[in-house]
Amino acid sequence: MTGAAGAAGAAAAPLLTVRDLRSYLATSQGVVRAVDGVSLTVHEAEVLGIVGESGCGKTVTCRTIMGLMPAATLHASGEVIYHPHGERSILNARSAELEALRGAHLAMIFQDPMTALNPVRSIGDQLLEAVTSHAKLSRAEARARAIGLLERVGIPAPARRMRDYPFQFSGGMLQRALIAIALASSPRLLLADEPTTSLDVIIQDQILSLLLELQQDTGMSMILVSHDLAVITEVCDRIVVMYAGQVVEEGTVADIINAPKHPYTQALLDALPQAGQRGQLRSIRGSPPSLIDVPDGCRFAPRCRYVTDDCRSWDTELIATGDAEHTARCWRQHEIERAEAWQQEQQGSGSA
Amino acid sequence: MSRFGSLPRRLVHLVIVLFGITLVTFFLLRLIPGDPALAILGSSYTHTRAVAIDNFLGLNKPIWTQYGLFMGRLFHGNLGYSFFYNEPATTVIAQHIAPTLFLVVYSAVLAALISFPIGFGAGLHRGGVLDQSSRIFFTLSFAMPAFWLGIILILLFSVHVHAFPISGFGSGFIGHLYYLFLPALTIALGFSTVLVRSLRSATIATLQAEFVDTARMKGIRWPLVLWRHVFRNAILAVVAVYGVNLAYLISGTVLVENVFSLPGLGTLLVSSVSDRDYPVVQGVTLLFAVIIVAINLLTDIVQAALDPRVGQEIGA
Amino acid sequence: MSTAWAASPSELLMRAATKAAGRRRSPIRRRATLIAGLVLLGVAILAVLLAPVLVSQNPTTIDAAHPLAPPLAAGHLLGTDQYGRDILARILYGGRIDLAIAFGATSVTLVGGTFIGLVAGYLGGRVDSVLMRLVDLFFAFPFLVLIIAIVAMLGPSIFNMFIAIWITSWVSYARIMRAQTVVAKKQQYVLAARALGYGPLRVMFRHILPNTASAVIIFSMVDAVGNIILAASLGFLGLGAQPPSPEWGAMISDGQNYILSSWWLATMPGLAVVFVGVAFSLIGDGLADLLRAGDR
Repeated sequence: MTGAAGAAGAAAAPLLTVRDLRSYLATSQGVVRAVDGVSLTVHEAEVLGIVGESGCGKTVTCRTIMGLMPAATLHASGEVIYHPHGERSILNARSAELEALRGAHLAMIFQDPMTALNPVRSIGDQLLEAVTSHAKLSRAEARARAIGLLERVGIPAPARRMRDYPFQFSGGMLQRALIAIALASSPRLLLADEPTTSLDVIIQDQILSLLLELQQDTGMSMILVSHDLAVITEVCDRIVVMYAGQVVEEGTVADIINAPKHPYTQALLDALPQAGQRGQLRSIRGSPPSLIDVPDGCRFAPRCRYVTDDCRSWDTELIATGDAEHTARCWRQHEIERAEAWQQEQQGSGSA
Repeated sequence: MSRFGSLPRRLVHLVIVLFGITLVTFFLLRLIPGDPALAILGSSYTHTRAVAIDNFLGLNKPIWTQYGLFMGRLFHGNLGYSFFYNEPATTVIAQHIAPTLFLVVYSAVLAALISFPIGFGAGLHRGGVLDQSSRIFFTLSFAMPAFWLGIILILLFSVHVHAFPISGFGSGFIGHLYYLFLPALTIALGFSTVLVRSLRSATIATLQAEFVDTARMKGIRWPLVLWRHVFRNAILAVVAVYGVNLAYLISGTVLVENVFSLPGLGTLLVSSVSDRDYPVVQGVTLLFAVIIVAINLLTDIVQAALDPRVGQEIGA
Repeated sequence: MSTAWAASPSELLMRAATKAAGRRRSPIRRRATLIAGLVLLGVAILAVLLAPVLVSQNPTTIDAAHPLAPPLAAGHLLGTDQYGRDILARILYGGRIDLAIAFGATSVTLVGGTFIGLVAGYLGGRVDSVLMRLVDLFFAFPFLVLIIAIVAMLGPSIFNMFIAIWITSWVSYARIMRAQTVVAKKQQYVLAARALGYGPLRVMFRHILPNTASAVIIFSMVDAVGNIILAASLGFLGLGAQPPSPEWGAMISDGQNYILSSWWLATMPGLAVVFVGVAFSLIGDGLADLLRAGDR
């Protein structure tokens, strides 16, 4: 399953462009370089996936785009351009400007639905708040629209549930309500930060289907963030792989699944359990580097199975792979490819 | 499921506590070393009266009967006879309730007016000027005995600057507000220390909550987010603190009434102690306890009204 | 590749962020509050113990020539009262009483209340119910009122004040400790200890107590402040220390009569109370910062 833009491909116009985004956090332990030079583009009606392990910077990227990082500690540079709004960057824009964009153009849903809603106000209240934030509606109109939204996201008996409080909903229902809230003002871009991570597997599927359905119906774009590559590949058109605050690979779903060029991406794919697989799960040894004392050179070097000494001093950048719009941050990608192909040949002839 | 689902259970608990209070108050009198009749009558001692008291208190009978007599009389509003004032204790006490109740409510309201803005502001701009200065101020005022603070305020605002009267209750509602301003302020300042601290940390915690981000994500103006989500939720944490510490506020009134010569229950308590007017001491203690129980019930109700989760007894 | 003379975006940003992050706070700076409090308390204790060395007069020495002398007059640093007694001397000697109360009353209620709370929380069931009902009962009374009533019945004196405080103040500790114990009971380390067959006493005192003691210890500082103020309050009301005892509260009460002309009689002892009170508060705050940071 892919988004509506899947067929249209790169012909769609860019909706959001992020250029060289850096989000540094000033903490008592030092400066955390959470996002260190990330660039990406989301096109109209496209679903972009951001995948990476915890701490790689995917959440901070989204929050920085929305302007939801704590102002006291954040130092951000780079550009965030929302094209319908003009070609100037909205990063570090004044709150009035951001408030106009949030809800009506850019919306976000968070990981844990239990904490993402105010526990002492009814769902209805919070939904109405979203419905009326950018539109002047009468009480009846607002209420009707709210109930309609709840229905659309699959919550049964919506009129009655308007009066209920978050603690009276299950996790899955709450996430649906959150989606309703996010879509209340018909945004053109939805950022979904690990929307299914805290839900059980069956509900996960339902929520993902719902998101995809809504995306196709409304033609909005979506950025889906997850550490689960399986989820990403199911729903997205294009994928961005992040590691230690940087983008290490970027391309269409097909490219990433069939021809991953960065060792990290390959390792992630390898780590996915296959049906019928036996024996040990393949995990990636080691752990991500500190974001405070960032090492020189390639940040994946300590864990990479193809590492050479030069990798540690290489001033990394994204390199074209040969496929259209597919780049990877590894200067050995072509050598690795040849080496792998040779190895497979050997195995093939060995088992013949 | 009604929001106040546990109210019946709460009322039962209340009744038990009230009974317990009467028990404690009952035993207070039994703490007196020596002959209670002698102690109670003091200079009005005559043999006849002593025997009457013995019978009244049932001192010859087993302790259960004594308690029974005590409770029986209690239900008729009879707290004993004050030999000092030559009136039933109940009458004496009733004459002194008004100033105390006024003072308690006044202090509670002033405390809220002082601490809510400061606590919220301190939490909002953590480490800022308001935060640091209020922290110093309240650390100091916490260590000040209420009665001393009252004296200092009198010194500053009644003696040097004749802004407020030194003592007395005044007449009429406005009169009361004027005369009781310094006493109420004294109590409110001591009380505010805990409130400010509590609201400050509640605000800091609430600001980090994800639902605040969800609210911001909707595109609502930040002041509205602060009011509807941050303040409303932070206040919840403070209501409980308010209720618990209100008891200390009442202790404060006893001292402050003394300093400002207010004709309330606190002054009555102290004077009846030195007058050895035991029935009155007992009665006032009982009344204070009942007031506290009532206040705690009130805070519970307010909490339940503000927080829909309360009636559900959710959690470990 | 960035050119040598132009700073890369990351460098510029780093500079801005680093300035904001500030230097790591040294272990001493982090404990500033605690140290300040301990220093103040130390000063108070020393001053009070070394009173005979610091002042030449007794708290009861009458300097008939200089009654109601203002501070810094005639060899009396803080002035004299209506009988010509040196205020500083009275404060230092009176401090012995008030500090004794702070330590004596607090330590007994700390130990007693903690023990009861620990037992109630650990054993649960009937024992817990009964003990907590008792605690609730005491909480229904405003402490000062109850203490006044008890002292009234027993007779005003310093010792009876101790008794009154012991009877009433343990409940706060019991409540805190019980809440902590109930939560601790379910933690892994307790379950592990019990699985190893350790008896209840050992689990309570050698496992649960060390891990939960921080809450009651921090509270004991707050309680110490409260007890000093309580003692002063009772002294003020004439229910604690009796004249001519130089207890601070009694001094303030005396001084109230002279407020219009000789403000120092009532003000100085109050400042002493504030001094010691702030000391305990800072220790409590410092401990709270320290212990809570360690909990993370």
